[in-house]
Amino acid sequence: MHSKQSRAVAEIKRTARDPILFVGILLVISSLLIFVLYPLVEVGLTSLDVGNGSRGLGVYIESLRSPYIMKALVNSLIMSTLTATIGTLIGYVFAFAVTRAKVPGSRIFNLIAVIPAISPPFIGALAIIMLFGNNGLITWNLLKIQNFPIYGFNGLLLAQLLTFFPVSYLTLKGVLESMNPVLEEAALDLGGSRWKVFWKVTLPLSIPGITSSVLLLFVETLADFGNPLILAGSKFPVLSVQAYLQIVGMYDLPKGAAISMLLLVPSVIAFYLQRWLVSRRKYTTVTGKPQQTTTKIVSSGARTFLFVVCLVVTILVGLVYFSIVIGAFAKVWGYDHTPTLDHFRFVFGVGFKAVRDTLMIAGISTPFAGLLGMVIAYLVVRVKFPGRQFVDSLSMLSFAVPGTVIGIGYILAFNHKPLVLTGTLAILLLNFIFRYIPVGIESGKAILASIDPSIEEAAINLGADSRRTFGKITLPMILPAFFSGLVYAFVRSMTAVSAAIFLVSSRWNLMTVHIMSQVESGNLGAAAAYSLLLVAIVLIIIGIIRAILKTQFGKFGGTMLHF
Amino acid sequence: MSVRLVEITKEFKDMDREGGTLVAVRDFSLEVLDGELVTLLGPSGCGKTTTLRMIAGFEVPTSGEIWIGNKNVVNDPPNKRDTSMVFQSYAIFPHMSVEQNVGFGLELKGYPRDTIRQESRRIMEVMGIAELAHRRPDQLSGGQQQRVALARAIVNKPSVLLFDEPLSNLDAKLREQMRVEIRRIQQNFKITSIYVTHDQAEAMTVSDRIVVMNKGSIMQVGSPFEIYSRPANRFVADFIGKVNLFPVKVDSLQADRYVVSDSKGRQWCAASAAPGIQIGETVWFMVRPESLVVEKTDRPGAKSENLFVLASGVVEKAVYLGATVDYDIAASFDRPVFAVSHDPVDVGLWSIGDKVTLKYSPNAAHLIPMDEKNKSTENNAIELVCQQYQSRKT
Repeated sequence: MHSKQSRAVAEIKRTARDPILFVGILLVISSLLIFVLYPLVEVGLTSLDVGNGSRGLGVYIESLRSPYIMKALVNSLIMSTLTATIGTLIGYVFAFAVTRAKVPGSRIFNLIAVIPAISPPFIGALAIIMLFGNNGLITWNLLKIQNFPIYGFNGLLLAQLLTFFPVSYLTLKGVLESMNPVLEEAALDLGGSRWKVFWKVTLPLSIPGITSSVLLLFVETLADFGNPLILAGSKFPVLSVQAYLQIVGMYDLPKGAAISMLLLVPSVIAFYLQRWLVSRRKYTTVTGKPQQTTTKIVSSGARTFLFVVCLVVTILVGLVYFSIVIGAFAKVWGYDHTPTLDHFRFVFGVGFKAVRDTLMIAGISTPFAGLLGMVIAYLVVRVKFPGRQFVDSLSMLSFAVPGTVIGIGYILAFNHKPLVLTGTLAILLLNFIFRYIPVGIESGKAILASIDPSIEEAAINLGADSRRTFGKITLPMILPAFFSGLVYAFVRSMTAVSAAIFLVSSRWNLMTVHIMSQVESGNLGAAAAYSLLLVAIVLIIIGIIRAILKTQFGKFGGTMLHF
Repeated sequence: MSVRLVEITKEFKDMDREGGTLVAVRDFSLEVLDGELVTLLGPSGCGKTTTLRMIAGFEVPTSGEIWIGNKNVVNDPPNKRDTSMVFQSYAIFPHMSVEQNVGFGLELKGYPRDTIRQESRRIMEVMGIAELAHRRPDQLSGGQQQRVALARAIVNKPSVLLFDEPLSNLDAKLREQMRVEIRRIQQNFKITSIYVTHDQAEAMTVSDRIVVMNKGSIMQVGSPFEIYSRPANRFVADFIGKVNLFPVKVDSLQADRYVVSDSKGRQWCAASAAPGIQIGETVWFMVRPESLVVEKTDRPGAKSENLFVLASGVVEKAVYLGATVDYDIAASFDRPVFAVSHDPVDVGLWSIGDKVTLKYSPNAAHLIPMDEKNKSTENNAIELVCQQYQSRKT
């Protein structure tokens, strides 16, 4: 024990000899503690507040006795499980059709599955109301049905499937691409029928990817806030919306916090289960690079089936964006579809402050999130310091925590001393920075792990301190990770709503929150115009980042351009 | 500048081991003189790279001192030490051109742009890579990367140059070329250097002195000649080159020669012995294969008149390699004697079954101490292995 302590002390002393590194580590640890862990602790403590300054499980007991909250819990779990399984099924069919069967139109199917990933998460809900709602294009204009039961279970499931199947597709596409097709060819060669080969070789090899996708979708759907707020309605309560309503509607902080905890626990369990699975996944990546594959592994009948499924999903996704585009230019959705720019006049006029605020907030928080992600990846992979493990898991935690919970945590934690931030720009920035670092960290860690540490040692050996080593050597080498971290952080800060809705104020507002309130007040045209503008901005910025990456860093050859 | 290591010990945490620590380097003391090139040689895992990394500052010794010139640098971070390292993987910065790589150390020291350019150019000329200045690292061959790495280290005029197995990624031919080159550059700039390798030929070529290491400890420090011809112990004798060892007892010391005899009463003599060997002690009598002369018993050669007879025997195996012939000769020892005969055209080429006499010069014979456990009965170890093997089979 003694030597362990003295070793830790020696390690700290040595780290202290490089003051920049030492201060950097201290800053990272303390900021993670303050902006990731502390808000969650506040949620936990508040949920135990039974009044009169004493603590107990009273609020939980009360919540569990409330049939409405119990219904929300059951609904949330059912909805998440269904979305996770059906979404993964669709994702797998898409991924298999595109990577293995190479059905006609694969490129378009790929695009269709990627676009929702860069859209606001509730765009599906918005489009579903425009298509199937009371003034819905299909239900009212075409079929003349009034009050089609789209609110509640059906609509929400459809919206969440449309929103989250791309997550599954992207995960499974990676898994299927990294699977060596030689295995399937060998099985065919040994005389297996195509159907058998699929069941005995392809599917078993993709099981870890499928499990991983199911768990990811479960976490994302459970945390989803935008779709249920628009579509769930009072007949179909879910946890994330109930937590929001308790806080914003009833000002019942302890109950909101308790519901948040109910939401948090399954999310964190599923998330860490998924990470554990991925970390022990061994045989899915048999070889690194996508290889030439034969399309003979599926029969023409199966190909037709795959194509039809993809086509149906594509038409649905296409309808979503079609209705958003048309809605943005139609005078009154459902009644008067004459083209107009009125909605855009509104967006660029009265509503332009939200656009400006959103751009500013995303613009400021994104580089910080990107840089912080790289710093943490560097510290975790390359620097020995006590608490490295802790920093690693803490920085990934914001991935697991539902936005609603972290939003509630922020207003609970930062509306009193020592840090009063509610209503400021800072609280939005900090929330976005710490929520959206994990992707940058993950890809930074992956690239760093593949780079020989002696390259950095060479720089240190030549006299570079840790700041210069990081700035001149490490960062340029992990630029691809930096940029994918940037893109992720930017897309997410532009489209975030679940945590942000608690943190916006009259001084600082967001486009997404505006879209939500336009939907609630029935102003679908303006909501569509805002959404369209939002998607356009995101696409333009991604295009610019890609172009910069190509022209500025293309000269360093293939190794630099993973992005 | 000289480098002095004083009783360096380095332990690593290793939970699989008893006590939870792995001792990588144990009580390591060494002084490297100004301008000298000392090689750390040993099998993988012997602690040589760890020692080098401690000098560079990438590892911190658990105890001990590291002096560069008149300064104990043990608590200095690597970037504050005046050492330059040539890495095994070269560690060329992939996002910089050759010239930027070479000039990086000077840039960090804040030299003006012109000076950096001049100095880098000069070193690149010396290293023969001047025309590669604007190339990217991924356009270089292994040998060229090696030169860039060396140029990048030397341009800083470091007090100490450190080499971590610099040639292990090159093919055999280039390796031979580069080790001569490294020696030339080192002599040219007179930089105090410490060189790590597991390749004995490389160590022989480049070094002023060699430190043979095993399991974290120094086994012997000496010139290449001393290490090869006068090993201090069995480990060094075995590790470097091939060797014949015969268990003998030291009978007497006559006219600077040790007279020894084996269990069968055969008497030999050796001109040298590892330090501390006493009369009456059981030791190893060592002769290198190339020091043995193999003659047909019925046809002694003229050249071998001044040589002593080691034993007579029968050729068991003969491998003709052109320049040399490798013989295994059965001569009533536990195992065949290994001999390398040079110039077979002149000496003669023998075939399996030929009766031959092995001769040696006492100058080439050397005595080394037996390991403690082997002193009583030298065959114990072999017997033990056989027993274990038997018991596993049954």
